[in-house]
Amino acid sequence: MPKRKDIKRILVIGSGPIVIGQACEFDYSGTQACRALKQEGFRVILVNSNPATIMTDPEFSDRTYIEPLHAEAIARIIEQERPDALLPTLGGQTSLNLAVELAEQGVLEEYGVELIGARLETIRLAEDRERFRNAMLEIGLQVPAGEVVRSLEQALAAAERIGFPLIIRPSFTLGGIGGSVVYNREEFPAAARWGLSASPVGEVLIEQSVLGWKEYELEVMRDQADNFVIVCSIENFDPMGIHTGDSITVAPAQTLTDVELQNMRDAAKQIIRRVGVETGGANIQFALNRDTGRMVVIEMNPRVSRSSALASKATGFPIAKIAAKLAVGYRLDEIPNDITRKTPASFEPAIDYVVVKIPRWDFEKFPGNDRRLTSQMKSVGEAMAIGRTFKEALNKALRSLENGWSGFHAREEASITRLSRTALLDDLRSGTPDRILKLWQALTLGIPPQELCRLTGIDVWFLENLRQLVEFEGAITREYAERSTLRAATLRRAKRMGFSDRHLGLLLGKRETEIRAMRKAAGVLPAYKIVDTCAAEFESFTPYYYSTYDEENESHPSARRKVIILGGGPNRIGQGIEFDYCCVHGTFALKELGFEAIMVNCNPETVSTDYDVADKLYFEPLTYEDVLNVIELEKPEGVILQFGGQTPLKLAVALEKAGVPIWGTSPDSTDLAEDRDRFGALLDELDIAHPQYATAVSVEEAVAAAQHIGFPLMVRPSYVLGGRAMEIVYDPTALETYMQQAVRASEEHPVLLDRFLEDAYEFDVDALSDGEDTAIVGLMQHIEEAGVHSGDSMAVLPPYLLSREQREDILEATRAIAARLKVKGLLNIQFAILYDTLYVLEVNPRASRTVPFVSKATGIPVAKYAVRLMAGERLAAMNLRVPAEPPYVAVKESVFPFDRFERADIFLRPEMRSTGEVMGIAETFGNAVMKAFEATGIRIATGGRVFLSVNDNDKARIVPIAENLHKLGYALVATHGTAETLASRGIPVQPVLKVSEGRPNVVDDIKNGAIQLIINTPLGHRARQDEYAIGWAAIKYRVPFITTLSAAEAIVRGLRAKGKHPIEYRCLQEFHRLL
Amino acid sequence: MKARLILADGTCYEGLSFGHPGEAIGEVVFHTALCGYQEILTDPSYHFQLVAMTYPQIGNYGVNPRDFESRRIYAAGFIIRELSPIVSHWQANRSLDEYLRHHGVPGIHDIDTRALTRRLRDHGAQMGMITTSNAPLSALLARLRAGKTLVGRDIVQEVTTAAPYRWPLGEGEAEESPPARRRFRVAVYDYGVKFSILRSLQRSGCALEVFPATTPPEEILARNPDGVFLSNGPGDPEPVGYAVQAVRKLLGRKPLFGICLGHQILGLALGGRTRKLKFGHHGANHPVQYLPTGAIEITSQNHGFIVDLDSLPGDEVEITHINLNDQTLEGFRHKRLSAFSVQYHPESAPGPHDSQYLFDHFIQEMERFHA
Repeated sequence: MPKRKDIKRILVIGSGPIVIGQACEFDYSGTQACRALKQEGFRVILVNSNPATIMTDPEFSDRTYIEPLHAEAIARIIEQERPDALLPTLGGQTSLNLAVELAEQGVLEEYGVELIGARLETIRLAEDRERFRNAMLEIGLQVPAGEVVRSLEQALAAAERIGFPLIIRPSFTLGGIGGSVVYNREEFPAAARWGLSASPVGEVLIEQSVLGWKEYELEVMRDQADNFVIVCSIENFDPMGIHTGDSITVAPAQTLTDVELQNMRDAAKQIIRRVGVETGGANIQFALNRDTGRMVVIEMNPRVSRSSALASKATGFPIAKIAAKLAVGYRLDEIPNDITRKTPASFEPAIDYVVVKIPRWDFEKFPGNDRRLTSQMKSVGEAMAIGRTFKEALNKALRSLENGWSGFHAREEASITRLSRTALLDDLRSGTPDRILKLWQALTLGIPPQELCRLTGIDVWFLENLRQLVEFEGAITREYAERSTLRAATLRRAKRMGFSDRHLGLLLGKRETEIRAMRKAAGVLPAYKIVDTCAAEFESFTPYYYSTYDEENESHPSARRKVIILGGGPNRIGQGIEFDYCCVHGTFALKELGFEAIMVNCNPETVSTDYDVADKLYFEPLTYEDVLNVIELEKPEGVILQFGGQTPLKLAVALEKAGVPIWGTSPDSTDLAEDRDRFGALLDELDIAHPQYATAVSVEEAVAAAQHIGFPLMVRPSYVLGGRAMEIVYDPTALETYMQQAVRASEEHPVLLDRFLEDAYEFDVDALSDGEDTAIVGLMQHIEEAGVHSGDSMAVLPPYLLSREQREDILEATRAIAARLKVKGLLNIQFAILYDTLYVLEVNPRASRTVPFVSKATGIPVAKYAVRLMAGERLAAMNLRVPAEPPYVAVKESVFPFDRFERADIFLRPEMRSTGEVMGIAETFGNAVMKAFEATGIRIATGGRVFLSVNDNDKARIVPIAENLHKLGYALVATHGTAETLASRGIPVQPVLKVSEGRPNVVDDIKNGAIQLIINTPLGHRARQDEYAIGWAAIKYRVPFITTLSAAEAIVRGLRAKGKHPIEYRCLQEFHRLL
Repeated sequence: MKARLILADGTCYEGLSFGHPGEAIGEVVFHTALCGYQEILTDPSYHFQLVAMTYPQIGNYGVNPRDFESRRIYAAGFIIRELSPIVSHWQANRSLDEYLRHHGVPGIHDIDTRALTRRLRDHGAQMGMITTSNAPLSALLARLRAGKTLVGRDIVQEVTTAAPYRWPLGEGEAEESPPARRRFRVAVYDYGVKFSILRSLQRSGCALEVFPATTPPEEILARNPDGVFLSNGPGDPEPVGYAVQAVRKLLGRKPLFGICLGHQILGLALGGRTRKLKFGHHGANHPVQYLPTGAIEITSQNHGFIVDLDSLPGDEVEITHINLNDQTLEGFRHKRLSAFSVQYHPESAPGPHDSQYLFDHFIQEMERFHA
């Protein structure tokens, strides 16, 4: 059946901000879908609150709404846009849940909107754990024993019947949030309560544990004619008990016979039919007992998922694009396979390589939390690698992570190599982010794979492969000891196993560059193979490559002028989708300029690693070795480093030294901006103020410097992104503690000390420069005062508190710095204004996190202009028009993963901890702020009680806030001190006990649902326990929690505006027309 | 031990030996299934072929006592990228390496199987040799080129059963839950039949008697079976004239169902033409469309020859199945007589189970025929 003619306008809902469990893979899927639908001639209406996505670029849909993802907003948009259909299967769980809500509210029916991609009944059946279980039993499949419960009493009874250990799985959640593995009765009630509260419908499945069973996933697609294909099978390295998103995964399945694989396929076919996915993709999880082969169904997602993104990148089969086409009526056999061009999409990819994905965690940002991996996902990103063997792919994936690892070994991880045998074996029992390296340590100690399998549940096939890697390390060192050199054959074998030059260097006591020279002299060079969906059976037309040390190279550089863009690697807090956005734009710009655009990246979630984004894609680790290999083969005219965040910049100096032509700002200028001393001197020379600073490599040095500069101080290690380990210290004792505990400073890694400008206003500037002329494209004001990381704070464009003179000062300083650094392309500067003095806090001559936000807010494709500047165009010749003051306000707000961690510090700090961002855009500041808050998931009740507790410094400022809240009709409750202040000003307030003061206290109130909004600014160390108790209760019971007065003021403005002007929803295209 | 894979066009790949050391000659074909090597090795259709797996990690789950397609390895040699260092599977009772050695079959690993695949794709399937010999390439190549090829040779007689036998064979081959009643007696012409075909027929309710390929049709008719099945098998269908003759005599007298070589023989018997494909179809992911409904099956394929789509008499034969990758003929049925066949493998093994309905079709044919 061809394309449907009865639908013309399609509403697509995105997945919103990046959170743990729902990351930029949904930008990849949404972008593919929007592109496919537009190509098919449909009018696409998109709603997504996340401005950092490619999909929300105005050219990818006809009407782009960057608006909060709640039913109310979407209902209004439906009313305005009157779409014929809603496609909810490409925006993750968020989109699916919204579709259900809109259907249940009758909105879809009222406006005649048809759900395409998945029917309501299908979503309900797949998501309702009880019905799903029953459906599975009905079609003769096995499921682990389990009971669906809706209360603690029911849960306790079920747990007794099922027995421990058991698994708690909340219904309708993403990334397994609220889920846990419970080993005993004692832990159970808390875990069950947590699960029940995490489920939006208050329902959990108490399930028999199949801990330690092998875990598999099948990515499947089905069309309306019941044609069915498996795109990819995935085997989890980590067994059942660890969330798939937290597992190392391998594609295709490695340890299944064809009989088992086909049984799984048959089951998948039955499941997708029973659940009723008629047009699109789904993901089905199975567990398999390694001793008996018994197979049970775990769950199914009737939508495109994180695993679909992985499967797409692993096979070259564009699942999201095809899912979109199936949803509008096509059959699988009517869609051509882009890669072969001659064969249809109705086939199952045959792959001739092994794919390994390894997650990346940021536990160090959430100290005090258990690092054990459970059924609730905690990773923030992932790297994928392709090799011809598991060994090669694993080694490549390990070095893609940018953890400082260079392959499968823990030689540089003293924390692991120092572990005693007992501690090591004990640690291995539970999954941890570094378990893979602990396995190396165990294997070097001679612990056999069989024993490790018993301990970890990891299949012995994987472990034996690991053991061979360890064994070969020994062979290499022995040969080198005997011959003082390595035979070419040995070197070649090592490379075929995926050993990096750096790893070999560690084994031989040589530098990476020496190994590289030795390897090249021996003629051991990588070959590049094509990912072609068909194992070379057909000629392929898609330039999607990976390196391996096999004989035949299939990548033949063209004669065209070419430029390489280095991507950002795995997502992490501080470096995420924003940088991929820039890379993708850079790629488009290069193509427009007539260059061959070549992308190197290793993050499977991204749009940049879609095979049809760049002219050529190398799915490779972003290390010196792997990147230089590509460069030496392609010999590009330029390499762009400034889009991928810190990842490519770290390579700048080494690449330049290797003679690589680097486009844009020179590595020396980058270094100049990073080097405190050099940069301080530069600012002094330009007569621009900056906070006094010092660097210290020891406690003594730090204390001495502090005396000179004065407290408070902002301290941090050098060369970090996202403010890792950044803190504000108020006295020498705190400084000493920091120097000793938080960071281990050394000659190579000094600690930076800056005078902290307390109470200053901060501004972020994004600018474009050709080295002489500079244009500011985005000037944003932070809502929170200095001390909160710019990535975590709310930002407003245009600024709301900035005089004409101050603006001029900022422009002037930006121009001067850009010219002095000879910036070519993008530049980001953070300014602070304190008592009318403008200070420069930081300069980054590269794409910043705010580039996509600025682009969305101003309509200027900033990254594209940057490429043209790097290509040599002059700013003056580009006809770039920057609107002086847009007639609307855009607010960026951050979202945090605090709900994933038991003991998160919920107060914002200089260290960045947000995972994603949203944008609120409206005619007034108040409405924009309210939209931004709502987009982060905070819905503030229109009435009810507000809890206030602020520190002494904030007492004066809280009064007007409280007054306004009172006028808006809220009842106020406050802790003793705050209540006194308010009462003395005649504001009605009811005192409430702190946790330490007895019961019932504020936490009891929160748990009882008696509080609708919390405004609590940190009171210092003494009150910490109280505040944490409040914060954690707020997170668990989903009560909006505001920790800065500036944010509270903004909310009040929002609430007042909401009362005066009803919130309107407008698309970006309309906003941009106002410019 | 070192080993070489030499192609008739002179290409030489150096790798490592596994399985039986020595020499093997055959037509080199590549197979794109990700697993199922045990089934592939024991499929008699691979007689006289050196099979290269495009998936690089082979041997992971070893060899088990269940997943056999015959009693021995028929592939002449096995070509892979990496031999698994270990066997990890609850059913396995030996490693792939041991298994090949036990059956005296040479294997070669650690070669660039993708480069090999691309060569075969671009230059066509050709004869090749796996050898552990140190003899000079020129000498080996001369011997390889002087040797026989697949085309024009009847190798069915090298794999067919020597004497008739009944299926199921015994306890070991019996299904766990056999159907309550075996409704039809089917005579199977064994051109190199896979056990999975016999199992599928049995599951559909057939009692089977398997006959040597050269059994005269009269002998079959004398047993008065309800239907005759024409099996898969190796090599070129054209020289297997006796089979074509036999099928002509059976046409219209018994319901006929053919798979793979059996399909080609039926095609020749109906006046069609066969020809050799450039590199054949060997995999478990080929989309085939069943024309009467338009439904797509993902099929298991293993053939180097095809029946030409336009060679069959249009007034007598209806095309039922088409390969969506290259539009070649995958199945047809006689418009009047009870005879149909498919080029691919509905019994799969290895591969998806999308096409099992064909065995039911055969049952329905027999029901109709005898009604």
